[in-house]
Amino acid sequence: MRNPQLNKHGELQHLLTLDGLPRDIITAILDTAAPFTEVAEREVKKLPLLRGKSVFNLFFENSTRTRTTFEIAAKRLSADVVNLNINTSSASKGESLLDTVDNLCAMQADMFVVRHAASGAPMLIAQHLQATGRDHIHVVNAGDGRHAHPTQGLLDMYTIRHFKQDFSQLTVAIVGDVLHSRVARSQIAALTTLGVPEVRVIGPRTLLPTEVEKLGVRVFHDMREGLKGVDVVMMLRLQNERMNGALLPTPQEYFKVWGLTADKLALAKPDAIVLHPGPMNRGVEIDSAVADGAQAVILPQVTFGIAVRMAVMSMLGSH
Amino acid sequence: MNILDAEALCRQLAEQIRPHVTPATALVGIYTGGLWLAERLHKELGISQPLGAIDVSFYRDDYGSKGLHAKPQRTGIPFSVESAHIILVDDVLYTGRTTRAALNGLFDFGRPARIELAVLVDRGSRELPIAARYCAHTLPEALPRDQNLELQRDEAGRLTLELTQLG
Repeated sequence: MRNPQLNKHGELQHLLTLDGLPRDIITAILDTAAPFTEVAEREVKKLPLLRGKSVFNLFFENSTRTRTTFEIAAKRLSADVVNLNINTSSASKGESLLDTVDNLCAMQADMFVVRHAASGAPMLIAQHLQATGRDHIHVVNAGDGRHAHPTQGLLDMYTIRHFKQDFSQLTVAIVGDVLHSRVARSQIAALTTLGVPEVRVIGPRTLLPTEVEKLGVRVFHDMREGLKGVDVVMMLRLQNERMNGALLPTPQEYFKVWGLTADKLALAKPDAIVLHPGPMNRGVEIDSAVADGAQAVILPQVTFGIAVRMAVMSMLGSH
Repeated sequence: MNILDAEALCRQLAEQIRPHVTPATALVGIYTGGLWLAERLHKELGISQPLGAIDVSFYRDDYGSKGLHAKPQRTGIPFSVESAHIILVDDVLYTGRTTRAALNGLFDFGRPARIELAVLVDRGSRELPIAARYCAHTLPEALPRDQNLELQRDEAGRLTLELTQLG
């Protein structure tokens, strides 16, 4: 079966997940993002590529950073951007997801940026568009349930490549609440596809998915052990709002064992970088001294995120 | 195309431009061939303003039909475009659409006082009202559409003009 993200010419039609996305496409997105970073330094921060196109941000779940950076990216490409906060609109009146999509298609939508609490919602929209012959409309997954957050994974890869150049010699650790994290899934898929020889996941047993080893990672239940000699530390946010039941002790106890502090970071390579997808829980998964320290690249991640999203949207919008 | 000696044309182009160079003159080369040429001219003419480079992929008018160029390069304009005297450099002038895209790009950096165009070869078939102020060679007859003429640079840095048949 054809990869549903690619069209019959093998070009990117939708961006739904990094799992199974060919390496040359991931690399092409990162390569395309590089020149877009320069646009932010210009007097006129705008390119004409999506002029006359309508991008709908469909956010069925709250987000500030992701929605804002998608909006900025689309606007810097000259698209018209419409933000729909569905919590307060039709869905609360009972309209189905695909009815909402059909209505927006009737308003000449060219692209949907979708965030949804249900895993697979962006894929459902993409399949619906394909089944109804609307191949000119593109879907970008901006985070679905526990499944995937592909543009976050891509901007993390861009950030790593920016600071470390080459993926083929790296040891990368992903730390924290992997179980609830769509970000972690996208990161693991991208890191393995790009040929990172050692990907580690570090976390308490209750916050790691069962059989996570099958994703091709090394599992550590001791943070100090897992951080030894790594080049990149990718922290995850503790997903308080996703917690069901008592998976965890108090945030203070979590911080004591799993929080990234300067003394734990000292076990990584001296030039190791620290990433975090935001929003950070300071004093829970990361100490302020690390978050604001010289090894943190958390704010560059946000800036690169705009360029990566511009690259994705301009590649999708070109066919 | 053996009859065109890119190295000789490059020297001719430099001599055409030389009398008009002032301390305010800045060069911007269009990726890829135009930038190679601009690097040469920049050195040859002793231009004091740093050299600019522009990739027109983000401004092309065929994005809607042909999509994004596979490997866009980083545009870098290391001088203030506001009130600048700019010579835009390209290897081959053809439809004029690349020049149009480059002009649009430059204006997003500011309002230049003047932009002139310098090219190695004018191959004819213009589709826009664009002309080169400096041009080393104009082909007596427009090249057929199925032929591509572009500058190449070998490892030693030597410039040649290559004519290829498009598939």
